[in-house]
Amino acid sequence: MTRTIWDSSLGKKTVMAVSGIVMLLYLVAHMIGNLKIFFGPEEINHYAHWLRTMGGPVLHYEWALWLVRIVLVVAVVAHATSAYQLSRRDIRARPSKYVHKKPSASYATRTMRWGGIILGLFIVWHILDLTTGTVHPGGYEHLHPYQNIIDTFSTWYGNVIYIVAVVALGFHVQHGFWSAAQTLGVGSRSRDRVLKTVGTALAVLLTLGFVAVPVGVMTGLVS
Amino acid sequence: MKLTLRVWRQKNADAEGAMSTYEVDGISQDMSFLEMLDTLNEELIVKGEDPVAFDHDCREGICGACSLVINGDAHGPERTTTCQLHMRSFQDGDTIDIEPWRASAFPVIKDLVVDRTAFDRIIQAGGYITAPTGAAPEAHSTPVPKPDADFAFEHAECIGCGACVAACPNGAAMLFTSAKINHLNVLPQGAPERETRVLDMVAQMDDEGFGGCTLTGECATACPKGIPLFSITSMNKEWLRANRKVAR
Repeated sequence: MTRTIWDSSLGKKTVMAVSGIVMLLYLVAHMIGNLKIFFGPEEINHYAHWLRTMGGPVLHYEWALWLVRIVLVVAVVAHATSAYQLSRRDIRARPSKYVHKKPSASYATRTMRWGGIILGLFIVWHILDLTTGTVHPGGYEHLHPYQNIIDTFSTWYGNVIYIVAVVALGFHVQHGFWSAAQTLGVGSRSRDRVLKTVGTALAVLLTLGFVAVPVGVMTGLVS
Repeated sequence: MKLTLRVWRQKNADAEGAMSTYEVDGISQDMSFLEMLDTLNEELIVKGEDPVAFDHDCREGICGACSLVINGDAHGPERTTTCQLHMRSFQDGDTIDIEPWRASAFPVIKDLVVDRTAFDRIIQAGGYITAPTGAAPEAHSTPVPKPDADFAFEHAECIGCGACVAACPNGAAMLFTSAKINHLNVLPQGAPERETRVLDMVAQMDDEGFGGCTLTGECATACPKGIPLFSITSMNKEWLRANRKVAR
């Protein structure tokens, strides 16, 4: 049955929807965690430490964190693979364009593919910057996110990359959340307004919540 | 009315096509779009040129034979079929672009005529019910709740013209397939094949090379019969349900 689901275009869409929701839930938690930076270095550095001890004493140090990381990697790979394969199918299905072109669909809908690519590249940079410290400007210190974040957002390119990616995320979620609901068959005429509102609200909330951090550093609120 | 028409001309499936420009004069506002094309073709025949090939049959908006992408819109600017579109929707002196449905699953046969047999094969995969032949059974013996009957009828309105595929940026046949599945799956008469219908028709749709749904909503906007976008949501729900049932 797994085979038939993956071979079907509807199955791949289902994979996209489920993996998208997994990532969306993570992003909400991630955004809430980020906001701790506004309460000082103690608060956020302690939070970073807690992320490694959560699930204890049942789970060993960092086990829960690695579990989250594994789930996320699986979700990202599943989401990107199905997106790539579905896009290939879509482009093959409409090889010749109309001579008379009409502007169509919303901005968020039209930018799902490019937005997704931007987000994929951003994730690579983001991990190399603030998780491994490989491309971090200044001296990266493990478990000291407060100073690390300030270092990143003290560079112009750090701010540009981050804000562009977060705006792309907002558009992606705005169309993606509602679309996932349709793919999973929970949409309907009566529920449509609620689903659209929740999708847009999530998009706005995530964009504002994430953008708050670089803006906080730029304005000197966090220093 | 005097009009400039830019029409897609293509000798056959293998030939390269291109837009050709024609001038037509003496068009009445009360003519249908197809009558306007008939006028053009009469002139072309008199001049000894090859008339423009286009599909049409009932010319009353119920058969689904007519097609044409007019100024970038499947079936033109009004929410109806091309045969029910009238020239009063255009202005004197307008330039009108006329193109065939575009999708790799709908190859051009000639000019504006495309091969839509992919739809027939999707229907053959499950768009039917198992019923003994003979006299029609007593209608009252199978009760159908009113909301279900309305739902079935809304989807049964699909005439299979393919405007949804033509309008979709992915050349997807989701709206057509979902209309046909929902129409039968909600009714007691369609219940015996409820799972195989959705699984087989979706598989056939994929095999025909149609694209996937990215929920742009273009299909539902173009549909001359007003099949709602939620039709696709209902199909997705049926497909997921069928996969769970078959696995059991």
